[in-house]
Amino acid sequence: MEQQVKTNTKSIMKNDIKDFLINNMVTILFVIIGYLGFRFSGLTLPFFVNDLISRVARNGFLVLALIIPVLAGMGLNFAIVLGAMAGQMAIIMVVHWGFVSWQGIILAALIAAPLALIFGYLTGKLLNKTKGQEMITSMILGFFANGIYQFIFLILVGSVIPMNNQDLILSSGVGVRVTVDLANNLRYGLDNIIRLSFPVSLLLVSILFVGVNLYRYINNRKAPKLNYNKTKTIIALVAFSLTTLWSLSIIYSPWLFRSSNILRTNKMFNDITIPIVTFLIIGALCLFNVFITKTKMGQDFRTVGQDMHIAKISGIDANRVRVIAIVISTVLAAWGQIIYLQNLGTLSTYGSHENIGMFSIAAILIGGASVTKATIGQALLGTILFHTIFIVSPLAGRNLFGDAQLGEYFRAFVAYGVIGVSLGMHAWKKQIQSKSLK
Amino acid sequence: MDRDKIVLEMNNIGKVYYGTRVLKDINLSIKAGEIHAILGENGAGKSTLMNILFGMPVIHSTGGFEGEVLIDGSKVDINSPFKAMKEGIGMVHQEFMLIPGYTITENIKLNREITKPNPISRVLGNKLETLDFVQMDKDAKKAIKSLDIGIDEWTKIAGLPVGYMQFVEIAREIDKENLKILVFDEPTAVLTESEAKNLLQAMKLISDSGIAILFITHRLDEVMEIADNITVLRDGQMVANRKKEETNLVELAQLMVGREIEKVERKVNVDKSSVVMKIKDLKVAMPGEEVKGIDLDIFKGEIIGIGGLAGQGKIGIANGIMGLYPSSGEVVINNDTTLKLNNPKESIAKGLAFVSEDRRGVGLLLDTSIELNIAVTAMQNNDKFLKKYGPFTQLDTTGIRNHALGFKKELDIRCTGVDQITRRLSGGNQQKVCIARALTLEPNILFVSEPTRGIDIGAKKLVLDTLVKLNEELGMTIIMTSSELAELRSVCDRIAIICEGKLEGILKPDDSDADFGLMMAGEYKKLVGEEVSNNE
Amino acid sequence: MSEKIAVYYKAMGLPRLIITLFFLFLVCVSVILGIPFGGLMTDVVVRLGMHGILVLAMVPAIISGIGLNFGLPLGILCGLIGAIVSIELDLVGFPAFIAAILVALPLAALIGWCYGWLLNKVKGSEMMVATYAGFSAVFLMSIGWMVLPFKSPEITWPMGPGLRTTISLDGRFRDVLNNWGAFNIGSFRFPTGLILFFLLSCFIMWLVLRSKTGIAMKTVGANPNFAVATGLNVDNYRIMGSVLSTILGAVGIIVYSQSYGFLQLYQAPMFMGFAAVAAVLIGGANIKNAKISHVIIGTFLFQGLLVIALPVANTVMTTGSLAEITRLIVTNGIILYALTQVDGGE
Repeated sequence: MEQQVKTNTKSIMKNDIKDFLINNMVTILFVIIGYLGFRFSGLTLPFFVNDLISRVARNGFLVLALIIPVLAGMGLNFAIVLGAMAGQMAIIMVVHWGFVSWQGIILAALIAAPLALIFGYLTGKLLNKTKGQEMITSMILGFFANGIYQFIFLILVGSVIPMNNQDLILSSGVGVRVTVDLANNLRYGLDNIIRLSFPVSLLLVSILFVGVNLYRYINNRKAPKLNYNKTKTIIALVAFSLTTLWSLSIIYSPWLFRSSNILRTNKMFNDITIPIVTFLIIGALCLFNVFITKTKMGQDFRTVGQDMHIAKISGIDANRVRVIAIVISTVLAAWGQIIYLQNLGTLSTYGSHENIGMFSIAAILIGGASVTKATIGQALLGTILFHTIFIVSPLAGRNLFGDAQLGEYFRAFVAYGVIGVSLGMHAWKKQIQSKSLK
Repeated sequence: MDRDKIVLEMNNIGKVYYGTRVLKDINLSIKAGEIHAILGENGAGKSTLMNILFGMPVIHSTGGFEGEVLIDGSKVDINSPFKAMKEGIGMVHQEFMLIPGYTITENIKLNREITKPNPISRVLGNKLETLDFVQMDKDAKKAIKSLDIGIDEWTKIAGLPVGYMQFVEIAREIDKENLKILVFDEPTAVLTESEAKNLLQAMKLISDSGIAILFITHRLDEVMEIADNITVLRDGQMVANRKKEETNLVELAQLMVGREIEKVERKVNVDKSSVVMKIKDLKVAMPGEEVKGIDLDIFKGEIIGIGGLAGQGKIGIANGIMGLYPSSGEVVINNDTTLKLNNPKESIAKGLAFVSEDRRGVGLLLDTSIELNIAVTAMQNNDKFLKKYGPFTQLDTTGIRNHALGFKKELDIRCTGVDQITRRLSGGNQQKVCIARALTLEPNILFVSEPTRGIDIGAKKLVLDTLVKLNEELGMTIIMTSSELAELRSVCDRIAIICEGKLEGILKPDDSDADFGLMMAGEYKKLVGEEVSNNE
Repeated sequence: MSEKIAVYYKAMGLPRLIITLFFLFLVCVSVILGIPFGGLMTDVVVRLGMHGILVLAMVPAIISGIGLNFGLPLGILCGLIGAIVSIELDLVGFPAFIAAILVALPLAALIGWCYGWLLNKVKGSEMMVATYAGFSAVFLMSIGWMVLPFKSPEITWPMGPGLRTTISLDGRFRDVLNNWGAFNIGSFRFPTGLILFFLLSCFIMWLVLRSKTGIAMKTVGANPNFAVATGLNVDNYRIMGSVLSTILGAVGIIVYSQSYGFLQLYQAPMFMGFAAVAAVLIGGANIKNAKISHVIIGTFLFQGLLVIALPVANTVMTTGSLAEITRLIVTNGIILYALTQVDGGE
């Protein structure tokens, strides 16, 4: 009988590899598209890296905010749009009161949290009424909330809600301006607290990860652990050692290289600066996500996500757990939107939040996540790939077809298409599963 | 552990659902370490009794129950499953309450995880305490070990053989520290023979440790093997309470099914020389009602009953032949045409009609009018009730209306009008609509599954009378599947009993209770052996 | 009496009640404000005919069990191609209109078939997949509008590749239906041809629903298990539903455009499906059931609301796009309400 169990675990492993390949097919495809796009865009590597880093810092937090609802079996939370709205409301208040820099951002985060909490709670309640249709509901809810949001900021502000601020209010005295410039108050409020040059930051991160993986490797030799994956650790070790060497070579390139081409490129790399605090915050959110999965609450999320019926039978208040998951996600999205806007520097009052849900979801899906499974790695990788496409496709479009617009349509098509395909695949798999059960 | 201590007493338990009495005056008392079997047919009240013991919401949302439950001699009010668990009652469910993606440890500790505080949880509350997997693994290991099976606690459930899953369920209950009474609900139904043997051994081990076991089953041999005491339920009443030493298989079988039969008087017009349907090695993959190879001849003009306990496959036969679930084998009609299986259209075209056991799920369009419900199948298959205009067709509304009105009168369908939607009809009237729809096809052979399930007594009689009338007047061959043996015995010419997906035997309605009981429990062939064939 | 009201209220649902009352309220306000009523009513009737067929496209989708057809842009795109081909062929007047429909029909049937096949693979998540199928098709066709080899100067940009964002139908088939047999009663102008065409479409749909095939489609949508037991091929009838819906979407956009006066390409079709969904829901349909009467009532109420809200809002408030906001809130609010009415909740 033990034999039987063993063969079973073996066949599970085989399936794992197959699943792994299928899941990563999307990701691999986008790596290829991204690479080709980069080649045809004619961008230089340093320029591209600079843009990419700035975009990842901008969007990373929002994408990570999607993970917990997936864990709790509620699918991709299109309603992070509501969180983004909470963030924008807070920003408008803060700008109105005249706070600046990182103090302003902290205040905005503090104001946004309770707002997002209320929005998240209501969203959660609604989603509990539409079980099995969470995604379409959260998507439509996003559009609906957009209507309410416009009603408040376009019609109520200035007429019912008193607000007198020439920089913010339209000349008619009613309604908030379509774009609010953040350049003089909140822009780079977080990003500019500490900036380090790209190679130095890369060096620090690489050394950190080399250390972590080395520790894992040695520790496991002493006392083998179950969830330890040797190949993974060794690959990571090698990869991060290489990046360490690369960053060192950039820093010391004047002493190492003669070729003026390389020198120029490396100079450009040296000129790139990294918003350290923003990345630290994103890192903290990663740690928070890891932490949650290791707690009782995280286990409840997973249980409810895997099987709501069993969760209920074993005494877990599934509805409450689901509301909590959405509340956390919404609050995180609110903060994510603040981070997003402080980097972007302009708030498009009626547009900034609209596509946030869709782009973040497309990003996490490109990273290899699905409706039922999403990890931190997938979120980060997806953000990088998605923004790669974003940066290169207009340029590639212009170089290939003589029109940048074509590239833009292409990336929108990709964003919508990847969501459609991913949802379709999921539904199809589910159908096959239920058939095989029959 | 004091072996004479009574851990559970249930006194004068009764239960009424919506005016229908389902349990009356049940008394049980169980000692520590005792294995107590509860035996009964489907609908005898076993599961209601267990629902009461387990405080299921279905009991309390329908007005609670009569009588009292005592644990360790003191009266307790069990009003929720959670309370039941707290009082030390555990349950091994028939369908597994396991999460496939979790390890055995995680499943054993489901919502009873061991946690330890961390700096964040000290601030934000104990929901954020870290899971202590080391401790949890230790507990899980202990629980598994006490069942004497060799599996690792970190294995995932997905991919485990069914027998092991059952053990994980049991381990979860044992792991609960205060466990006093463990209920097994038909635990061997899904197991192979060797797995079942292992399970019975494990049950003995558990009872040896002083935990009382309530064992719900219909497998007589298992009862005789391990039970100390046996309670037999029938129609919601306690018909007997026996010590194992004082009884035997035959007596138990008799107790389980015995009851007065009201034989319906009818003209018998069976033509034994003409086989209208020959079923050869029929296999049907209907989940929960799998048919594993049945041979059966159906004679022209008979009413043949198909009986057996729930989950044994009797329901699957009609569903398979009508093409609703994947099936294989051979079905020959009138000795000349072979029915193409897995094709409902073909089955209907060959003169078969089906009244499904799942009235609301398969039998009716709930938000559509009575008249259209009756007409639609004949319209789609035989082009009835249509007016033709070249290639185009339109509904023949008057035809449909008149046809429905005819059936309304004939079957006494109580409704505000035949344009009423069927959702609002009572169960009995819904069933009449289903029968009318099947009859509109003018079938040669009519399958009727669970014709009286969920309908009141008056309507029951009417439905059965209708079937008899059809048989007498039109000579229609009727294959009637039912969980209610009494019903089958009152109208059928022969009754085929299905057990574990196979034909256990065919009986005459007036054969003895013991024969029926033994056949349904699958003990007949073992005991009586060759006699089965003589009966045919 | 009060019981009867309660029954009606339950059948109607709170949102529908609010919308009806709001509509009546706006009508009263517009009368009080002295907004010219004849012109307003002309607008309402024109918009009814203009949007009606797009809303009608929801009916076959809903009754065959696919649910709300958020994938309507697929049909709309087919219709746009038809219209463009008709201009490219340099046709004018009714022939142009008919040619547009004739080109669009086979295309829509083909796309509808593929779309139905896709929806059969994703049973249970049709709405979500349909939405994104529609969205991505819109962008795929945006690329298409740029690269397809159309030559007519009316439809291409004077310089650079691709088609214009909006293409005027003046001198092509603008208002061919609206003006056909139109007559005036005071300042109210009745677009006879448009309304007749809409009612004719409704009548044909009604006939289809009463045919053997239509009943089979209804059966499949109402209870797939029952349909299987009745010997129907569930997947085929669902495909039929989506083909019909897509075809109506294609015809619908051509009718819409002839009244609107322009073809709108690129992103314009994206959210047209949502408006159609909202209209049929307002009319009393739900995710499982829709009738022709729902289409007519719903389109009238929804479009009427928007038509009247605009001048009223402009008179009451000088700023803001209140009508646009109303549209957003009403559209999505009613869809959300319909979603909560599915048996998902406990």
